[in-house]
Amino acid sequence: MALLIGAFTIGTVLSLLALGVLISFRILAFRDLTVDGSITLGGAVAAELLVRGFPPLVATAVAFLAGMAAGAVTGILHTKLQINGLLAGILVMTALYSVNLHVMGKSNVPLLEEKTIFSPVRQLAADGSTAKVWGWEVQPQELLVLGFMLASIAIIGAIVYAFFRTNLGLAMRATGDNPQMICALGVDVGWMITLGVAMANGLVALAGAFLVQYQGFADVQMGIGMVVWGFASVIIGETLVGSRQLGLLITGVVMGSILFRLLVAIALRWGLNPNDLKLVTAAFVLAALVLPDVAANLRKRVANA
Amino acid sequence: MLEIDNIAKTFFPKTPNEVRALRGVNLQIENGSVVVVIGMNGSGKSTLLNAVAGTFLLDTGAIRLAGRDITRWPEHRRAKLIGRVFQNPFSGTAPTMTIAENLALALKRGRPRGLGWGLGSNLRDELRERVRHMGLGLEDRLDNPIGTLSGGQRQSLTLLMAALVKPDLLLLDEHTAALDPKSADQVIRLTEEIIREHKLTTLMVTHSMHQAAHLGDRLIMMVRGRVLHDYSGAEKKRLRPEDLLSRFDEVRRAEQLDESAAEMLRAMYV
Repeated sequence: MALLIGAFTIGTVLSLLALGVLISFRILAFRDLTVDGSITLGGAVAAELLVRGFPPLVATAVAFLAGMAAGAVTGILHTKLQINGLLAGILVMTALYSVNLHVMGKSNVPLLEEKTIFSPVRQLAADGSTAKVWGWEVQPQELLVLGFMLASIAIIGAIVYAFFRTNLGLAMRATGDNPQMICALGVDVGWMITLGVAMANGLVALAGAFLVQYQGFADVQMGIGMVVWGFASVIIGETLVGSRQLGLLITGVVMGSILFRLLVAIALRWGLNPNDLKLVTAAFVLAALVLPDVAANLRKRVANA
Repeated sequence: MLEIDNIAKTFFPKTPNEVRALRGVNLQIENGSVVVVIGMNGSGKSTLLNAVAGTFLLDTGAIRLAGRDITRWPEHRRAKLIGRVFQNPFSGTAPTMTIAENLALALKRGRPRGLGWGLGSNLRDELRERVRHMGLGLEDRLDNPIGTLSGGQRQSLTLLMAALVKPDLLLLDEHTAALDPKSADQVIRLTEEIIREHKLTTLMVTHSMHQAAHLGDRLIMMVRGRVLHDYSGAEKKRLRPEDLLSRFDEVRRAEQLDESAAEMLRAMYV
Protein backbone atom coordinates (compact mmCIF):
# COMPACT_ATOMS: atom_id res chain seq x y z
CA MET A 1 0.00 0.00 0.00
CA ALA A 2 2.87 2.37 0.81
CA LEU A 3 4.12 1.66 -2.70
CA LEU A 4 0.81 2.68 -4.22
CA ILE A 5 0.55 5.86 -2.18
CA GLY A 6 4.11 6.74 -3.15
CA ALA A 7 3.34 6.18 -6.82
CA PHE A 8 0.16 8.18 -6.45
CA THR A 9 2.05 11.09 -4.90
CA ILE A 10 4.81 11.09 -7.52
CA GLY A 11 2.15 10.90 -10.22
CA THR A 12 0.53 13.98 -8.71
CA VAL A 13 3.86 15.82 -8.55
CA LEU A 14 4.66 14.93 -12.14
CA SER A 15 1.26 16.08 -13.34
CA LEU A 16 2.81 19.57 -13.19
CA LEU A 17 5.31 18.31 -15.74
CA ALA A 18 2.43 16.92 -17.79
CA LEU A 19 0.64 20.28 -17.62
CA GLY A 20 3.77 21.97 -18.92
CA VAL A 21 4.01 19.47 -21.76
CA LEU A 22 0.31 20.02 -22.47
CA ILE A 23 0.93 23.74 -22.88
CA SER A 24 3.93 23.44 -25.18
CA PHE A 25 3.02 20.33 -27.20
CA ARG A 26 -0.73 20.64 -27.45
CA ILE A 27 -1.73 24.26 -26.92
CA LEU A 28 1.24 25.93 -28.63
CA ALA A 29 2.02 23.00 -30.97
CA PHE A 30 5.68 23.56 -30.07
CA ARG A 31 7.77 20.42 -29.64
CA ASP A 32 9.76 21.51 -26.64
CA LEU A 33 12.58 19.23 -25.47
CA THR A 34 13.88 21.72 -22.90
CA VAL A 35 11.79 19.77 -20.38
CA ASP A 36 14.49 17.17 -19.59
CA GLY A 37 16.79 20.00 -18.54
CA SER A 38 14.32 22.31 -16.89
CA ILE A 39 12.84 19.72 -14.52
CA THR A 40 16.36 19.06 -13.24
CA LEU A 41 16.98 22.80 -13.10
CA GLY A 42 13.91 23.23 -10.91
CA GLY A 43 15.05 20.40 -8.66
CA ALA A 44 18.63 21.66 -8.48
CA VAL A 45 17.67 25.25 -7.70
CA ALA A 46 15.17 24.20 -5.02
CA ALA A 47 17.58 21.72 -3.38
CA GLU A 48 20.49 24.14 -3.36
CA LEU A 49 18.40 26.96 -1.87
CA LEU A 50 17.01 24.63 0.80
CA VAL A 51 20.51 23.49 1.75
CA ARG A 52 21.50 27.14 2.09
CA GLY A 53 18.62 27.67 4.49
CA PHE A 54 16.06 29.49 2.39
CA PRO A 55 12.39 28.89 3.27
CA PRO A 56 10.82 26.08 1.18
CA LEU A 57 8.25 28.39 -0.36
CA VAL A 58 10.96 30.75 -1.60
CA ALA A 59 13.06 27.87 -2.92
CA THR A 60 10.06 26.47 -4.81
CA ALA A 61 9.10 29.86 -6.26
CA VAL A 62 12.65 30.58 -7.43
CA ALA A 63 12.75 27.13 -9.07
CA PHE A 64 9.62 28.08 -11.00
CA LEU A 65 11.21 31.33 -12.17
CA ALA A 66 14.42 29.52 -13.17
CA GLY A 67 12.35 27.14 -15.30
CA MET A 68 10.61 30.10 -16.93
CA ALA A 69 13.97 31.64 -17.77
CA ALA A 70 15.16 28.38 -19.37
CA GLY A 71 11.95 28.17 -21.41
CA ALA A 72 12.29 31.80 -22.45
CA VAL A 73 15.78 31.06 -23.82
CA THR A 74 14.39 28.19 -25.90
CA GLY A 75 11.57 30.43 -27.13
CA ILE A 76 13.94 33.24 -28.11
CA LEU A 77 16.31 30.82 -29.89
CA HIS A 78 13.34 29.58 -31.89
CA THR A 79 11.43 32.77 -32.62
CA LYS A 80 14.12 35.46 -32.81
CA LEU A 81 17.07 33.43 -34.11
CA GLN A 82 14.87 31.22 -36.33
CA ILE A 83 16.32 27.94 -35.01
CA ASN A 84 14.20 24.84 -35.49
CA GLY A 85 12.06 24.26 -32.40
CA LEU A 86 13.36 20.76 -31.68
CA LEU A 87 16.96 21.89 -32.02
CA ALA A 88 16.41 24.96 -29.83
CA GLY A 89 15.07 22.68 -27.09
CA ILE A 90 17.94 20.23 -27.43
CA LEU A 91 20.50 23.05 -27.27
CA VAL A 92 19.03 24.50 -24.10
CA MET A 93 18.56 21.05 -22.56
CA THR A 94 22.22 20.21 -23.20
CA ALA A 95 23.43 23.55 -21.87
CA LEU A 96 21.26 23.12 -18.77
CA TYR A 97 23.12 19.93 -17.85
CA SER A 98 26.21 22.01 -17.13
CA VAL A 99 24.16 24.78 -15.55
CA ASN A 100 22.57 22.26 -13.19
CA LEU A 101 25.97 20.88 -12.16
CA HIS A 102 27.10 24.43 -11.43
CA VAL A 103 23.96 25.17 -9.43
CA MET A 104 24.40 22.07 -7.27
CA GLY A 105 28.21 22.07 -7.27
CA LYS A 106 28.13 18.28 -7.52
CA SER A 107 25.98 15.70 -9.21
CA ASN A 108 23.77 14.88 -6.23
CA VAL A 109 22.40 17.01 -3.37
CA PRO A 110 20.71 15.13 -0.52
CA LEU A 111 18.06 16.87 1.59
CA LEU A 112 18.33 15.13 4.93
CA GLU A 113 17.62 17.57 7.73
CA GLU A 114 16.40 20.46 5.63
CA LYS A 115 12.88 21.71 6.04
CA THR A 116 10.90 21.12 2.86
CA ILE A 117 7.54 22.34 1.70
CA PHE A 118 6.14 19.06 3.01
CA SER A 119 7.62 19.39 6.54
CA PRO A 120 4.67 21.28 8.08
CA VAL A 121 2.32 18.72 6.60
CA ARG A 122 4.32 15.80 7.91
CA GLN A 123 4.43 17.39 11.35
CA LEU A 124 0.66 17.11 11.60
CA ALA A 125 1.18 13.39 12.12
CA ALA A 126 4.59 13.43 13.68
CA ASP A 127 4.21 10.40 15.93
CA GLY A 128 4.79 8.14 12.95
CA SER A 129 2.06 5.74 13.92
CA THR A 130 0.15 3.75 11.31
CA ALA A 131 -3.56 3.78 10.75
CA LYS A 132 -5.98 1.50 9.00
CA VAL A 133 -7.89 2.69 5.97
CA TRP A 134 -10.35 0.15 4.57
CA GLY A 135 -8.30 -2.56 6.18
CA TRP A 136 -5.00 -1.36 4.69
CA GLU A 137 -2.14 -0.36 6.92
CA VAL A 138 -1.03 3.14 5.90
CA GLN A 139 1.11 5.91 7.28
CA PRO A 140 -0.98 9.03 7.95
CA GLN A 141 2.06 11.18 7.07
CA GLU A 142 2.14 9.85 3.55
CA LEU A 143 -1.59 10.35 3.16
CA LEU A 144 -1.27 13.94 4.35
CA VAL A 145 1.53 14.62 1.88
CA LEU A 146 -0.57 13.15 -0.90
CA GLY A 147 -3.56 15.26 0.14
CA PHE A 148 -1.43 18.38 0.23
CA MET A 149 -0.04 17.62 -3.21
CA LEU A 150 -3.50 16.97 -4.65
CA ALA A 151 -4.75 20.26 -3.24
CA SER A 152 -1.75 22.10 -4.72
CA ILE A 153 -2.38 20.56 -8.14
CA ALA A 154 -6.05 21.49 -7.94
CA ILE A 155 -5.10 25.13 -7.28
CA ILE A 156 -2.40 25.26 -9.95
CA GLY A 157 -4.66 23.50 -12.47
CA ALA A 158 -7.42 26.02 -11.76
CA ILE A 159 -4.97 28.90 -12.27
CA VAL A 160 -3.81 27.44 -15.61
CA TYR A 161 -7.43 26.96 -16.66
CA ALA A 162 -8.33 30.52 -15.66
CA PHE A 163 -5.30 31.89 -17.50
CA PHE A 164 -6.37 30.30 -20.76
CA ARG A 165 -9.71 32.07 -20.51
CA THR A 166 -8.18 35.54 -20.20
CA ASN A 167 -7.52 37.72 -23.24
CA LEU A 168 -3.84 36.84 -23.09
CA GLY A 169 -4.59 33.12 -22.69
CA LEU A 170 -7.04 33.12 -25.59
CA ALA A 171 -4.38 34.75 -27.76
CA MET A 172 -1.90 32.06 -26.73
CA ARG A 173 -4.29 29.26 -27.65
CA ALA A 174 -4.97 30.89 -31.00
CA THR A 175 -1.21 31.14 -31.58
CA GLY A 176 -0.95 27.36 -31.47
CA ASP A 177 -4.16 26.91 -33.42
CA ASN A 178 -3.62 29.36 -36.28
CA PRO A 179 -0.60 31.68 -36.14
CA GLN A 180 -1.54 33.44 -39.40
CA MET A 181 -4.92 34.42 -38.01
CA ILE A 182 -3.70 35.69 -34.67
CA CYS A 183 -0.94 37.68 -36.36
CA ALA A 184 -3.60 39.35 -38.53
CA LEU A 185 -5.37 40.23 -35.27
CA GLY A 186 -2.33 42.05 -33.97
CA VAL A 187 -0.51 39.51 -31.80
CA ASP A 188 3.26 39.11 -32.01
CA VAL A 189 3.43 35.35 -32.56
CA GLY A 190 7.11 35.10 -31.58
CA TRP A 191 6.55 36.78 -28.25
CA MET A 192 3.49 34.65 -27.57
CA ILE A 193 5.38 31.39 -28.22
CA THR A 194 8.25 32.57 -26.02
CA LEU A 195 5.88 33.42 -23.18
CA GLY A 196 4.07 30.09 -23.53
CA VAL A 197 7.22 27.99 -23.59
CA ALA A 198 8.49 29.94 -20.57
CA MET A 199 5.27 29.21 -18.67
CA ALA A 200 5.41 25.54 -19.65
CA ASN A 201 8.97 25.18 -18.41
CA GLY A 202 8.12 27.09 -15.25
CA LEU A 203 5.54 24.40 -14.47
CA VAL A 204 8.05 21.68 -15.35
CA ALA A 205 10.64 23.20 -13.02
CA LEU A 206 7.97 23.41 -10.33
CA ALA A 207 7.45 19.67 -10.75
CA GLY A 208 11.21 19.23 -10.29
CA ALA A 209 11.16 21.35 -7.13
CA PHE A 210 8.32 19.35 -5.58
CA LEU A 211 9.92 16.08 -6.67
CA VAL A 212 13.27 16.66 -4.95
CA GLN A 213 11.52 17.79 -1.77
CA TYR A 214 9.38 14.67 -1.83
CA GLN A 215 12.12 12.14 -2.59
CA GLY A 216 14.74 13.92 -0.48
CA PHE A 217 17.50 14.51 -3.04
CA ALA A 218 18.29 16.24 -6.30
CA ASP A 219 20.25 14.44 -8.97
CA VAL A 220 21.69 15.79 -12.18
CA GLN A 221 20.36 12.75 -14.06
CA MET A 222 16.80 13.03 -12.80
CA GLY A 223 15.47 14.70 -15.96
CA ILE A 224 16.42 12.06 -18.51
CA GLY A 225 13.39 10.93 -20.50
CA MET A 226 11.02 13.20 -18.62
CA VAL A 227 9.63 14.83 -21.76
CA VAL A 228 8.51 11.41 -22.99
CA TRP A 229 6.88 10.68 -19.63
CA GLY A 230 5.08 13.96 -19.80
CA PHE A 231 3.95 13.19 -23.30
CA ALA A 232 2.75 9.74 -22.24
CA SER A 233 0.69 11.36 -19.48
CA VAL A 234 -0.85 13.82 -21.94
CA ILE A 235 -1.78 11.01 -24.33
CA ILE A 236 -3.33 8.92 -21.55
CA GLY A 237 -5.17 11.99 -20.27
CA GLU A 238 -6.58 12.84 -23.69
CA THR A 239 -7.78 9.27 -24.09
CA LEU A 240 -9.35 9.28 -20.63
CA VAL A 241 -11.48 12.37 -21.20
CA GLY A 242 -11.90 11.95 -24.95
CA SER A 243 -12.37 15.69 -25.42
CA ARG A 244 -10.35 18.68 -26.51
CA GLN A 245 -12.19 21.01 -24.18
CA LEU A 246 -9.62 22.76 -22.08
CA GLY A 247 -10.99 22.17 -18.58
CA LEU A 248 -11.48 18.47 -19.23
CA LEU A 249 -8.08 18.27 -20.87
CA ILE A 250 -6.33 19.72 -17.82
CA THR A 251 -8.20 17.34 -15.50
CA GLY A 252 -7.48 14.46 -17.84
CA VAL A 253 -3.78 15.18 -18.00
CA VAL A 254 -3.50 15.20 -14.19
CA MET A 255 -5.36 11.89 -14.08
CA GLY A 256 -3.19 10.59 -16.91
CA SER A 257 -0.02 11.40 -15.04
CA ILE A 258 -1.24 9.65 -11.88
CA LEU A 259 -2.49 6.64 -13.81
CA PHE A 260 0.76 6.36 -15.70
CA ARG A 261 2.76 6.37 -12.45
CA LEU A 262 0.50 3.72 -10.95
CA LEU A 263 0.91 1.55 -14.04
CA VAL A 264 4.68 1.92 -13.79
CA ALA A 265 4.64 1.02 -10.10
CA ILE A 266 2.52 -2.06 -10.76
CA ALA A 267 4.69 -3.12 -13.69
CA LEU A 268 7.80 -2.80 -11.55
CA ARG A 269 6.12 -4.76 -8.79
CA TRP A 270 5.29 -7.52 -11.24
CA GLY A 271 8.94 -7.81 -12.07
CA LEU A 272 9.61 -5.38 -14.89
CA ASN A 273 13.35 -4.73 -14.96
CA PRO A 274 13.77 -1.05 -13.99
CA ASN A 275 16.41 -0.76 -16.72
CA ASP A 276 13.70 -1.43 -19.28
CA LEU A 277 11.40 1.28 -17.95
CA LYS A 278 12.34 3.99 -20.41
CA LEU A 279 12.31 1.57 -23.33
CA VAL A 280 8.80 0.47 -22.41
CA THR A 281 7.71 4.09 -21.99
CA ALA A 282 9.09 5.06 -25.38
CA ALA A 283 7.39 2.04 -26.97
CA PHE A 284 4.16 3.03 -25.28
CA VAL A 285 4.28 6.59 -26.64
CA LEU A 286 5.19 5.29 -30.08
CA ALA A 287 2.24 2.91 -30.00
CA ALA A 288 -0.10 5.65 -28.82
CA LEU A 289 1.04 7.88 -31.68
CA VAL A 290 0.88 5.25 -34.40
CA LEU A 291 -1.98 2.96 -33.40
CA PRO A 292 -4.87 5.39 -34.06
CA ASP A 293 -3.67 5.79 -37.69
CA VAL A 294 -3.12 2.06 -38.12
CA ALA A 295 -6.57 1.35 -36.70
CA ALA A 296 -8.17 3.92 -39.00
CA ASN A 297 -6.40 2.40 -42.01
CA LEU A 298 -7.51 -1.09 -41.04
CA ARG A 299 -11.09 0.08 -40.62
CA LYS A 300 -10.98 1.73 -44.02
CA ARG A 301 -9.61 -1.45 -45.58
CA VAL A 302 -12.27 -3.56 -43.90
CA ALA A 303 -14.95 -1.12 -45.04
CA ASN A 304 -13.66 -1.24 -48.62
CA ALA A 305 -13.38 -5.02 -48.72
CA MET B 1 -6.61 57.17 -46.62
CA LEU B 2 -4.13 54.66 -48.04
CA GLU B 3 -1.15 55.99 -49.99
CA ILE B 4 1.07 53.56 -51.84
CA ASP B 5 4.10 55.35 -53.11
CA ASN B 6 6.15 53.70 -55.85
CA ILE B 7 6.61 50.34 -54.11
CA ALA B 8 8.74 47.53 -55.52
CA LYS B 9 9.51 44.00 -54.40
CA THR B 10 11.65 41.26 -55.92
CA PHE B 11 11.52 37.79 -54.43
CA PHE B 12 14.62 35.54 -54.50
CA PRO B 13 16.78 38.31 -56.01
CA LYS B 14 19.81 37.24 -58.06
CA THR B 15 18.75 33.60 -58.26
CA PRO B 16 17.25 31.66 -61.19
CA ASN B 17 13.89 31.91 -59.38
CA GLU B 18 13.95 35.70 -59.24
CA VAL B 19 10.44 37.15 -59.39
CA ARG B 20 9.91 40.87 -59.80
CA ALA B 21 6.47 40.84 -58.23
CA LEU B 22 5.93 44.59 -57.84
CA ARG B 23 7.64 47.07 -60.15
CA GLY B 24 6.74 50.51 -58.94
CA VAL B 25 3.09 50.62 -57.93
CA ASN B 26 1.48 53.96 -57.09
CA LEU B 27 -1.98 54.08 -55.64
CA GLN B 28 -4.06 56.43 -53.55
CA ILE B 29 -7.28 55.28 -51.98
CA GLU B 30 -9.64 57.80 -50.44
CA ASN B 31 -11.46 57.02 -47.20
CA GLY B 32 -14.63 55.05 -47.81
CA SER B 33 -13.58 54.01 -51.29
CA VAL B 34 -13.94 50.37 -52.35
CA VAL B 35 -11.22 49.35 -54.79
CA VAL B 36 -11.30 46.06 -56.68
CA VAL B 37 -8.01 44.67 -57.98
CA ILE B 38 -7.91 42.21 -60.88
CA GLY B 39 -5.10 40.68 -62.84
CA MET B 40 -3.87 37.39 -64.23
CA ASN B 41 -1.91 34.86 -62.19
CA GLY B 42 1.44 36.32 -61.28
CA SER B 43 0.38 39.88 -62.02
CA GLY B 44 1.20 40.92 -58.46
CA LYS B 45 -2.30 41.59 -57.19
CA SER B 46 -2.04 39.38 -54.12
CA THR B 47 1.52 40.59 -53.57
CA LEU B 48 0.18 44.14 -53.51
CA LEU B 49 -2.29 43.18 -50.80
CA ASN B 50 0.38 41.35 -48.81
CA ALA B 51 2.68 44.37 -49.11
CA VAL B 52 0.01 46.52 -47.50
CA ALA B 53 -0.70 43.85 -44.85
CA GLY B 54 3.01 43.63 -44.05
CA THR B 55 3.61 39.96 -44.84
CA PHE B 56 7.02 41.03 -46.18
CA LEU B 57 9.03 44.23 -46.18
CA LEU B 58 9.43 46.29 -49.36
CA ASP B 59 12.62 46.78 -51.37
CA THR B 60 11.73 50.40 -52.14
CA GLY B 61 8.80 52.75 -51.78
CA ALA B 62 6.55 53.71 -48.91
CA ILE B 63 3.08 52.93 -47.61
CA ARG B 64 1.06 55.38 -45.52
CA LEU B 65 -2.24 54.56 -43.89
CA ALA B 66 -4.43 56.84 -41.79
CA GLY B 67 -1.69 59.47 -41.78
CA ARG B 68 1.00 57.10 -40.52
CA ASP B 69 4.02 55.73 -42.33
CA ILE B 70 3.64 51.97 -41.89
CA THR B 71 6.37 50.96 -44.35
CA ARG B 72 8.60 49.49 -41.62
CA TRP B 73 5.85 48.23 -39.31
CA PRO B 74 5.75 44.46 -38.73
CA GLU B 75 2.61 42.61 -39.76
CA HIS B 76 1.10 42.28 -36.28
CA ARG B 77 1.50 46.01 -35.62
CA ARG B 78 -0.33 46.91 -38.82
CA ALA B 79 -3.25 44.80 -37.63
CA LYS B 80 -4.18 47.76 -35.43
CA LEU B 81 -5.27 49.57 -38.61
CA ILE B 82 -6.07 46.71 -40.98
CA GLY B 83 -8.73 43.99 -41.01
CA ARG B 84 -8.12 41.01 -43.28
CA VAL B 85 -9.95 38.11 -44.89
CA PHE B 86 -7.85 35.44 -46.57
CA GLN B 87 -8.51 33.29 -49.61
CA ASN B 88 -8.38 30.07 -47.60
CA PRO B 89 -11.40 29.83 -45.25
CA PHE B 90 -9.18 27.91 -42.81
CA SER B 91 -6.75 30.82 -42.48
CA GLY B 92 -8.96 33.38 -40.78
CA THR B 93 -10.16 31.53 -37.71
CA ALA B 94 -8.77 29.34 -34.92
CA PRO B 95 -10.45 25.96 -35.58
CA THR B 96 -10.37 24.34 -32.12
CA MET B 97 -11.64 27.48 -30.42
CA THR B 98 -15.31 28.34 -30.20
CA ILE B 99 -17.14 30.96 -32.27
CA ALA B 100 -17.43 33.18 -29.20
CA GLU B 101 -13.73 32.85 -28.40
CA ASN B 102 -12.75 33.71 -31.97
CA LEU B 103 -14.94 36.81 -31.87
CA ALA B 104 -13.46 37.79 -28.51
CA LEU B 105 -10.01 37.56 -30.08
CA ALA B 106 -11.13 39.80 -32.95
CA LEU B 107 -12.58 42.32 -30.52
CA LYS B 108 -9.04 42.93 -29.21
CA ARG B 109 -7.46 43.37 -32.64
CA GLY B 110 -4.40 45.57 -32.33
CA ARG B 111 -5.03 46.30 -28.67
CA PRO B 112 -3.07 45.09 -25.65
CA ARG B 113 -4.26 41.77 -24.27
CA GLY B 114 -4.08 41.44 -20.52
CA LEU B 115 -5.38 39.15 -17.82
CA GLY B 116 -8.99 40.31 -17.98
CA TRP B 117 -11.59 37.66 -18.80
CA GLY B 118 -11.78 37.07 -22.53
CA LEU B 119 -15.51 36.38 -22.44
CA GLY B 120 -17.68 38.11 -19.86
CA SER B 121 -21.42 37.42 -19.96
CA ASN B 122 -22.20 40.98 -21.17
CA LEU B 123 -19.77 40.45 -23.98
CA ARG B 124 -21.38 37.12 -24.90
CA ASP B 125 -24.77 38.80 -25.28
CA GLU B 126 -23.29 41.54 -27.42
CA LEU B 127 -21.47 39.02 -29.62
CA ARG B 128 -24.64 36.95 -29.95
CA GLU B 129 -26.44 40.02 -31.32
CA ARG B 130 -23.69 40.71 -33.83
CA VAL B 131 -23.83 37.09 -35.04
CA ARG B 132 -27.64 37.10 -35.19
CA HIS B 133 -27.43 40.27 -37.28
CA MET B 134 -25.44 38.28 -39.89
CA GLY B 135 -28.43 36.01 -40.41
CA LEU B 136 -26.60 32.71 -40.69
CA GLY B 137 -28.31 31.07 -37.72
CA LEU B 138 -25.02 30.73 -35.87
CA GLU B 139 -26.12 32.69 -32.80
CA ASP B 140 -27.13 29.48 -31.00
CA ARG B 141 -23.84 27.78 -31.76
CA LEU B 142 -21.52 30.28 -30.08
CA ASP B 143 -19.85 27.53 -28.06
CA ASN B 144 -19.18 25.23 -31.00
CA PRO B 145 -15.60 24.99 -32.25
CA ILE B 146 -15.18 26.89 -35.51
CA GLY B 147 -13.70 23.75 -37.04
CA THR B 148 -17.20 22.27 -37.19
CA LEU B 149 -18.46 24.99 -39.56
CA SER B 150 -18.49 25.02 -43.35
CA GLY B 151 -16.07 27.11 -45.38
CA GLY B 152 -18.74 29.68 -46.22
CA GLN B 153 -19.74 30.06 -42.59
CA ARG B 154 -16.13 30.44 -41.55
CA GLN B 155 -15.48 33.04 -44.20
CA SER B 156 -18.58 34.98 -43.10
CA LEU B 157 -17.33 34.92 -39.52
CA THR B 158 -13.86 36.02 -40.61
CA LEU B 159 -15.51 38.99 -42.33
CA LEU B 160 -17.45 39.83 -39.22
CA MET B 161 -14.27 39.51 -37.17
CA ALA B 162 -12.30 41.77 -39.53
CA ALA B 163 -14.92 44.51 -39.10
CA LEU B 164 -15.78 43.88 -35.44
CA VAL B 165 -13.52 46.76 -34.52
CA LYS B 166 -13.75 49.24 -37.40
CA PRO B 167 -10.49 49.01 -39.36
CA ASP B 168 -8.97 51.91 -41.30
CA LEU B 169 -8.58 49.50 -44.18
CA LEU B 170 -10.21 46.18 -45.05
CA LEU B 171 -8.15 43.77 -47.16
CA LEU B 172 -10.01 41.00 -48.99
CA ASP B 173 -7.74 38.52 -50.75
CA GLU B 174 -9.93 36.53 -53.20
CA HIS B 175 -12.00 35.66 -50.20
CA THR B 176 -14.67 33.78 -52.17
CA ALA B 177 -12.34 31.89 -54.55
CA ALA B 178 -12.31 28.71 -52.44
CA LEU B 179 -16.08 28.59 -51.85
CA ASP B 180 -18.89 26.90 -53.72
CA PRO B 181 -20.99 29.33 -55.84
CA LYS B 182 -23.86 29.54 -53.36
CA SER B 183 -21.62 30.28 -50.38
CA ALA B 184 -19.61 32.71 -52.49
CA ASP B 185 -22.79 34.67 -53.28
CA GLN B 186 -23.72 34.73 -49.64
CA VAL B 187 -20.28 35.94 -48.56
CA ILE B 188 -20.28 38.63 -51.25
CA ARG B 189 -23.67 39.87 -50.11
CA LEU B 190 -22.41 40.00 -46.54
CA THR B 191 -19.27 41.78 -47.72
CA GLU B 192 -21.31 44.53 -49.38
CA GLU B 193 -23.49 44.86 -46.31
CA ILE B 194 -20.60 45.17 -43.88
CA ILE B 195 -18.69 47.62 -46.10
CA ARG B 196 -21.77 49.80 -46.53
CA GLU B 197 -22.77 49.68 -42.89
CA HIS B 198 -19.36 50.66 -41.53
CA LYS B 199 -18.29 52.76 -44.57
CA LEU B 200 -15.07 50.75 -44.79
CA THR B 201 -12.15 51.67 -47.00
CA THR B 202 -11.58 48.44 -48.87
CA LEU B 203 -8.97 46.88 -51.11
CA MET B 204 -10.30 43.68 -52.64
CA VAL B 205 -8.57 41.22 -54.93
CA THR B 206 -10.79 38.97 -57.02
CA HIS B 207 -10.67 36.40 -59.79
CA SER B 208 -14.31 36.85 -60.63
CA MET B 209 -14.99 39.27 -63.48
CA HIS B 210 -18.58 39.36 -62.33
CA GLN B 211 -17.59 40.60 -58.87
CA ALA B 212 -15.06 42.99 -60.38
CA ALA B 213 -17.70 44.58 -62.61
CA HIS B 214 -20.42 44.85 -59.99
CA LEU B 215 -18.59 45.64 -56.77
CA GLY B 216 -16.77 48.74 -55.67
CA ASP B 217 -16.42 52.24 -57.00
CA ARG B 218 -12.99 51.82 -58.53
CA LEU B 219 -11.23 49.06 -60.44
CA ILE B 220 -7.55 48.47 -60.92
CA MET B 221 -6.06 46.03 -63.37
CA MET B 222 -2.55 44.87 -62.71
CA VAL B 223 -0.16 43.40 -65.25
CA ARG B 224 3.37 42.21 -64.48
CA GLY B 225 3.68 44.03 -61.20
CA ARG B 226 2.33 47.35 -62.45
CA VAL B 227 -1.05 49.08 -62.53
CA LEU B 228 -2.15 49.03 -66.18
CA HIS B 229 -5.72 50.34 -65.97
CA ASP B 230 -7.42 52.40 -63.28
CA TYR B 231 -11.15 52.99 -63.73
CA SER B 232 -13.29 55.01 -61.39
CA GLY B 233 -16.51 56.99 -61.28
CA ALA B 234 -18.85 56.68 -64.25
CA GLU B 235 -16.25 54.80 -66.25
CA LYS B 236 -16.13 52.06 -63.62
CA LYS B 237 -19.94 51.92 -63.48
CA ARG B 238 -20.16 51.30 -67.22
CA LEU B 239 -17.72 48.35 -67.12
CA ARG B 240 -19.16 44.91 -67.94
CA PRO B 241 -17.45 41.56 -67.35
CA GLU B 242 -17.00 41.26 -71.13
CA ASP B 243 -15.09 44.53 -71.22
CA LEU B 244 -12.70 43.23 -68.61
CA LEU B 245 -12.20 39.98 -70.48
CA SER B 246 -11.35 41.86 -73.66
CA ARG B 247 -8.82 43.94 -71.72
CA PHE B 248 -7.21 40.70 -70.61
CA ASP B 249 -7.15 39.49 -74.20
CA GLU B 250 -5.38 42.64 -75.25
CA VAL B 251 -2.73 42.06 -72.60
CA ARG B 252 -2.34 38.45 -73.65
CA ARG B 253 -1.92 39.36 -77.30
CA ALA B 254 0.62 42.05 -76.46
CA GLU B 255 2.62 39.57 -74.41
CA GLN B 256 2.53 36.94 -77.13
CA LEU B 257 3.81 39.52 -79.55
CA ASP B 258 6.64 40.28 -77.16
CA GLU B 259 7.58 36.64 -76.93
CA SER B 260 7.46 35.93 -80.65
CA ALA B 261 9.45 39.08 -81.28
CA ALA B 262 12.03 37.99 -78.77
CA GLU B 263 12.15 34.54 -80.39
CA MET B 264 12.74 36.11 -83.78
CA LEU B 265 15.52 38.33 -82.48
CA ARG B 266 17.13 35.35 -80.78
CA ALA B 267 17.01 33.31 -83.96
CA MET B 268 18.62 36.13 -85.90
CA TYR B 269 21.32 37.26 -83.53
CA VAL B 270 22.21 34.46 -81.09
